[in-house]
Amino acid sequence: MLNMTDIMETITMIQEEHLDIRTITMGISLLDCADTDIDKSCEKIYNKIYAKTKNLVAVGESIAKKYGIPIVNKRISVTPISMLVGISGGDPVKYAQVLDKVAKEVGVNFIGGFSALVQKGFAAGDRELIEAIPRALATTDFVCSSVNVGSTRAGINMDAVKLMGEKVRETAELTADNKCIGAAKLVVFCNAVEDNPFMAGAFHGVGEADCVLNIGVSGPGVVRSVLAKMDDKATMDEIAEAIKKTAFKITRMGQLVGAEAAEMLGVPFGIIDLSLAPTPAVGDSVAHILEEIGLEQCGAHGTTAALAMLNDAVKKGGVMASSAVGGLSGAFIPVTEDAGMIAAARSGALIIEKLEAMTAVCSVGLDMIVVPGDTTAETISAIIADEAAIGMVNSKTTAVRLIPAIGLPEDGELNFGGLLGSGPIMKLNPYSPSKMIKRGGRIPAPLQSLKN
Amino acid sequence: MKENTRAVITVIGRDMVGILAEVSGKCAEANANVIEVTQSVLDGFFCMIMIIEISNINCQLEELKDEIGERVPEMTVHVMHENIFNSMHRI
Repeated sequence: MLNMTDIMETITMIQEEHLDIRTITMGISLLDCADTDIDKSCEKIYNKIYAKTKNLVAVGESIAKKYGIPIVNKRISVTPISMLVGISGGDPVKYAQVLDKVAKEVGVNFIGGFSALVQKGFAAGDRELIEAIPRALATTDFVCSSVNVGSTRAGINMDAVKLMGEKVRETAELTADNKCIGAAKLVVFCNAVEDNPFMAGAFHGVGEADCVLNIGVSGPGVVRSVLAKMDDKATMDEIAEAIKKTAFKITRMGQLVGAEAAEMLGVPFGIIDLSLAPTPAVGDSVAHILEEIGLEQCGAHGTTAALAMLNDAVKKGGVMASSAVGGLSGAFIPVTEDAGMIAAARSGALIIEKLEAMTAVCSVGLDMIVVPGDTTAETISAIIADEAAIGMVNSKTTAVRLIPAIGLPEDGELNFGGLLGSGPIMKLNPYSPSKMIKRGGRIPAPLQSLKN
Repeated sequence: MKENTRAVITVIGRDMVGILAEVSGKCAEANANVIEVTQSVLDGFFCMIMIIEISNINCQLEELKDEIGERVPEMTVHVMHENIFNSMHRI
């Protein structure tokens, strides 16, 4: 039987605490679209994506209205395009443009999969795709790109790390007149997951079914509000319990929406990504949860411990609520997308070295960080290498999404607006890693890879 | 398993004359049977939860919400399928 307290709790979560379904992402395999003629390949891609996703936005909106819960984003992820480039040859930017076109026509707000997986080396198409990333992101609006440069099994491809440092910088340069936005759509991964519904890193792995629907839920505001109501004397394990219960409720809602959307669209339900994904809106911040636990400001000593507990409790609560959990699943810490992180970065409480430590215990990595416009490609590569090493050794996903603020003064801020938010420039270590980055080669896989 | 066919209407806002009449009137027009109503007024603040049967309604749930919203423009109205509450609060 429904009771008044439960009903009011759900409504308060949605209305006051920004509970929402962050994204429904349809993953589509493009392997059957490959053709030795790039134009034919593009045509097949357009037809397949259009046929599969033409109802995605309408279905999302009708479910949102039925349950009164916002579904913020509808998105598409596709097979890493480097595989198609390997077969067709030609200019990979053509693929980016066809993806952008179909995304606009079906009304989704991002399409991910302009990607290459090069953790162990470059295959046909990989280098061509990576070289084309800056132009692809500068000439499209909705295409997102990701490159996997390392994994626990394979080690780190340092040639790819070097190359990606250059590409991140070039991408920012090519979009310098538009707030360097290109770099915000480019992620460099270690241990990338094949069923991630969140952008900019979503792509549809080759081990996946032809077409699936993945869901990303979100509710940092709900968690913060639950903690705010707790006694100041509550112990850390009591707080972890409260977070688990909240995560359970949030995830159950995601499961309901996901199962129903998949049924309406006639595709299998893939996974729920149990993530706390912040937005710049007031009250929707992961940093504020950490502050509610008892830190004066995010970035203070103790932040890593609080985040580790939060990340673990979210997973424990969510796992039982869903029939299939996957994706990145954990707390996100994208600096420009989180009001509390932005404030902490401005005040100097949060520095990049602390963020790096935090990435060892949460779901992804150095995400949406604005760095000085004169940062060299080698320094960006070195940041990527550090982050990839954390991911490789800890058998977890890590990622780097840096935005070099080309042409901005040192005390400047980049303001993207919308979900991407805004952020001040973060200071980096001024000493050069150039000699190491130029060595290239591979960092061999660690002992952790030998599990068999 | 029997399909759940109920929806929950909540109306919150400053108390005034005729809220219940407006909302239940609209439900009747939509052919939605009112199963349960609970309401309270605290310090001039009105809060009503109404559970309705929607198996035979003659419009979409979202239209019902919009039309109730038009009738009581100063109130916050939610119309949500009961499944969301069941899944969040029941195992």
